[in-house]
Amino acid sequence: MTDIDQYRISEEPFYQAQSEEVLLYQAAYEERLPVMVKGPTGCGKSRFVEYMAWKLNRPLITVACNEDMTASDLVGRFLLDADGTRWLDGPLTVAARIGAICYLDEIVEARQDSTVVIHPLTDHRRTLPLDKKGELVSAHQDFQLVISYNPGYQSLMKDLKQSTKQRFSSLVFDYPEASLEARVVARETDTPLDSATQLVKIAGTARNLKGHGLDEGVSTRLLVYAARLIKQGVTPRSACRMALVDPITDDGDIRSTLCHAIDAVFA
Amino acid sequence: MIVDTERLQAYRGQLTCNFEQIDSIFTECMSAAVGCLSEKGVKDYLDGASLICMIGRGAEPVLTYLEEMPQVARQLGEESLSLISQTVWKLSRSPNGRAIPPFLQTIAEAARRLGSPEMLTYYCELVLDFMERTSSSIHGNQAATIPSPSLVDLLERIPGLLNELSIQGLHNWLEYGLQHYLNHPERQRDYFSLQSPDSRAILQRERHGTLYMDHERKLDLYMRALWNRDELFVPYTSAYDQLRKPLPYFDDRGIRVPDVYDDLSQVRGIDRYRALLAHIAAHKRWTTVIVADNYSPFQRIAIEVFEDSRVEYLARLEYPGLESLWLRLHPAPGENDCDPEKESCIRHRLAMLSYAVLNPKHGYSNPDLLEFVSRFYQLMQQEIHSTGDAAALAISYIARTRRQADLSSSIYFTDTEVDYRDDNRHMWRFIEEGDEEEQFDEERRPEKTEESGRLPPRLYPEWDYKSRLYRPDWVSLYESLHPSGEVALINRLLDKHQALAKHLRRILDLLKPQQYVRIRYQEEGSELDLDVAIRSLIDFRGGAQPDPRINMSHRHDGRDIAVMLLLDLSESLNQIPEGCNQTIRELSQEAVALLGWSIEHLGDEFAIAGFSSNTRHEVRYQHIKGYSEPWDDRVKARLAGMQAGYSTRMGAAMRHAAHYLEARKAEKKLLLILTDGEPHDIDEADERLLIEDTHKAVQELDRQGIYSFCVNLDPHADNYVQDIFGDQFTVIDRVESLPRKLPELFVSLTR
Repeated sequence: MTDIDQYRISEEPFYQAQSEEVLLYQAAYEERLPVMVKGPTGCGKSRFVEYMAWKLNRPLITVACNEDMTASDLVGRFLLDADGTRWLDGPLTVAARIGAICYLDEIVEARQDSTVVIHPLTDHRRTLPLDKKGELVSAHQDFQLVISYNPGYQSLMKDLKQSTKQRFSSLVFDYPEASLEARVVARETDTPLDSATQLVKIAGTARNLKGHGLDEGVSTRLLVYAARLIKQGVTPRSACRMALVDPITDDGDIRSTLCHAIDAVFA
Repeated sequence: MIVDTERLQAYRGQLTCNFEQIDSIFTECMSAAVGCLSEKGVKDYLDGASLICMIGRGAEPVLTYLEEMPQVARQLGEESLSLISQTVWKLSRSPNGRAIPPFLQTIAEAARRLGSPEMLTYYCELVLDFMERTSSSIHGNQAATIPSPSLVDLLERIPGLLNELSIQGLHNWLEYGLQHYLNHPERQRDYFSLQSPDSRAILQRERHGTLYMDHERKLDLYMRALWNRDELFVPYTSAYDQLRKPLPYFDDRGIRVPDVYDDLSQVRGIDRYRALLAHIAAHKRWTTVIVADNYSPFQRIAIEVFEDSRVEYLARLEYPGLESLWLRLHPAPGENDCDPEKESCIRHRLAMLSYAVLNPKHGYSNPDLLEFVSRFYQLMQQEIHSTGDAAALAISYIARTRRQADLSSSIYFTDTEVDYRDDNRHMWRFIEEGDEEEQFDEERRPEKTEESGRLPPRLYPEWDYKSRLYRPDWVSLYESLHPSGEVALINRLLDKHQALAKHLRRILDLLKPQQYVRIRYQEEGSELDLDVAIRSLIDFRGGAQPDPRINMSHRHDGRDIAVMLLLDLSESLNQIPEGCNQTIRELSQEAVALLGWSIEHLGDEFAIAGFSSNTRHEVRYQHIKGYSEPWDDRVKARLAGMQAGYSTRMGAAMRHAAHYLEARKAEKKLLLILTDGEPHDIDEADERLLIEDTHKAVQELDRQGIYSFCVNLDPHADNYVQDIFGDQFTVIDRVESLPRKLPELFVSLTR
């Protein structure tokens, strides 16, 4: 059968709680409520889910959604082999059978019709019908569904259906407030706190420009990249340019403004 | 250098000029000249002076030459001596002798600004060329006899112009004026004395430095990113008000910033803007308004300086990089530069204090100054401090350092102006308006200007093919809603053409969206997509996971066209063409009605507007149908009320129509222009000009992705229409066929 151990998280991932989200998640898990985590890119959604899976000691099956994904990519499909056909479980089915936490990352990227297959798993039924195979899988008692979702690049085309949204309890994430974020960056990369603070300050300037030419501000993940580059001996200016400015914009005016901000922060 | 009497006599002998005034300054001039010129240089210098003496313009030119030239020759080399004297000689051989003294006045400034002998030569050539082209004669061919009307005005403006423009910019500015006003002495004078608006506009365009206009967005982003503020900027010009230099400031109505910054002490213009904005943002964040009435003017100046330093200190805590930026722009006054016995050193003392706060390595030793710098820092160490604390500190500093001469009228200004600071008017609140007992003269209210019902004009440039330049903001375009008429008229016209409408309908039905578009990679679809199916089979045989999406399906692709119909409503529309019994206007109405009906039937985005013009100051742009309006009675009423009058300035109308089309999201954009003649207006004598401008507008539209097409009813259109529209036009010779041709044409264009 499936090797469960490969889905287990052996070491404690570093996660810095922003408020009471850990307690809330634990409560939701006790009741096996499906959870939706919302927030801008790179603010720690996936890390949080990983951390919770470790803390609850559950295997974690992650699916990165994309727009070519069909329902059978989640549920499973028949394959042909020498003797005829063979059924292969998809990740969602595996998770439901073994009692894992199934994490659908960036669920809005998937087409709306394929996300409907999760509906029976997310209400009182907790079942997954495999219509092609003619089987009704009852979810393991430890199974839980988590989805993540970035409201930042919401467009008409990419939004969840109401019927999907209303099956989840939700935790809203944002970039941590400055001092906390500095501690996160410092801890994650082993850099001194004051240079992490400077990085966070630059991120703050970029986040102010969101909606004025920037679709997204600088994420905590990019700050971690910048700090890593600095640790490698790159000058802070070049590191910031490489990790914080150039990835997020091609706009000359914005780049010039952010470069000035870098100069202003690193005196 | 002192020149002994004997040599002086010899030099005086070389200078063949007998004006008595010369003798009084000769000694000084010669000692300056001998000090910096070679022997040959001195000879050239004296020869030049003799030459200028011979032109017979009195002593003044010679005196100016003698005084200015040693300095110029020292800066730019001795060849400039003969250059200047030869130029003056040439000026004197023309009717423009009056321009010689002003010309000589400009030389010192020009030499300082231009900085190289080549540039000075170029400058002299510019002046001579200008003189030749603007001087005229009555009988044409012979040598000029009438002096240039504007040379003296121009020369008087030269120092200011060189301050603003590079020599190339000056050349462009002169060229523009010469191109346009050569035959109009009055306007020529207005232009070259910087009185006319276009003169100023061209000057603005040619200025050197970092123009606010080009960097507005960057500054906006700067305020938002670093200071999280959304501010309105209002640029003011620093080009003309030489008497009183305007300073940046801010109030409720926005931040006033200079329109241009040159690079200064290795700080780029854009960074100077940022330094200014950082200072202002710091004020906005930390300064509170205090009451001014109880402070003397000196106290106020001091409070302003302390407050500036305080908010800058706080800003530097936030962004340490600002320190080096500000420091490069802050003057560093020398400690002993100002003599407190002779002049008022108040500004000097405060500038030193401000510098010392900014730069810990200031090196000043004045005990009062040092004490107050440390008291300032003590204040900064406190948890909370306010504008009031800075004021208290400032007052005690002023009291401690007061001098008798502070009240003197000669105030020491050198190195005391901090470039990036605003004038601090925002931090004061005046309770009484003045010291007077009562205010007799009431505040005068500006008279209400008459509200005209129309929108303010939109300004558009016009292309001048002769100078190959845009004339900036040349045309004023007023837009309005076209007045309405009788709806029944249009309905009658449509009824009249029922047979034609039926015929059109058949064509239109064929045109309705029906192209098939294949959608591939479908798990379920109408047909098997063989390519993908075979690939899947191969995958499967090879043991890999096959792609199940082996079907394809089809869908209809819709039309995605936005159309703008621009109607020429000029006077000529009222003519009845040969062989017709209707005016062109009536025929156009029929045609547009049918076209409107057809396009509505097709479902394309569609707007109609008419234009006419009465000189460049009044181009009328009248909306008949907007994109969001349905083809209903209100639109038909406007079409029925169509009136013709005035002229045809097509370029501006096209640019304005394009501005609406550009905002549409459609894939294809079509501007259809219905006209009965060439572009023409009563204020433009050169008939090519508007044709070339319209051609330019077509090119601009093309770049914006708008396809323009002209339907021309003028039988003589072949002479010009191709020059304007290339091959995007059709000429309808028999105007009476227009109602049928126009919809057909549209259909074939968009098929």
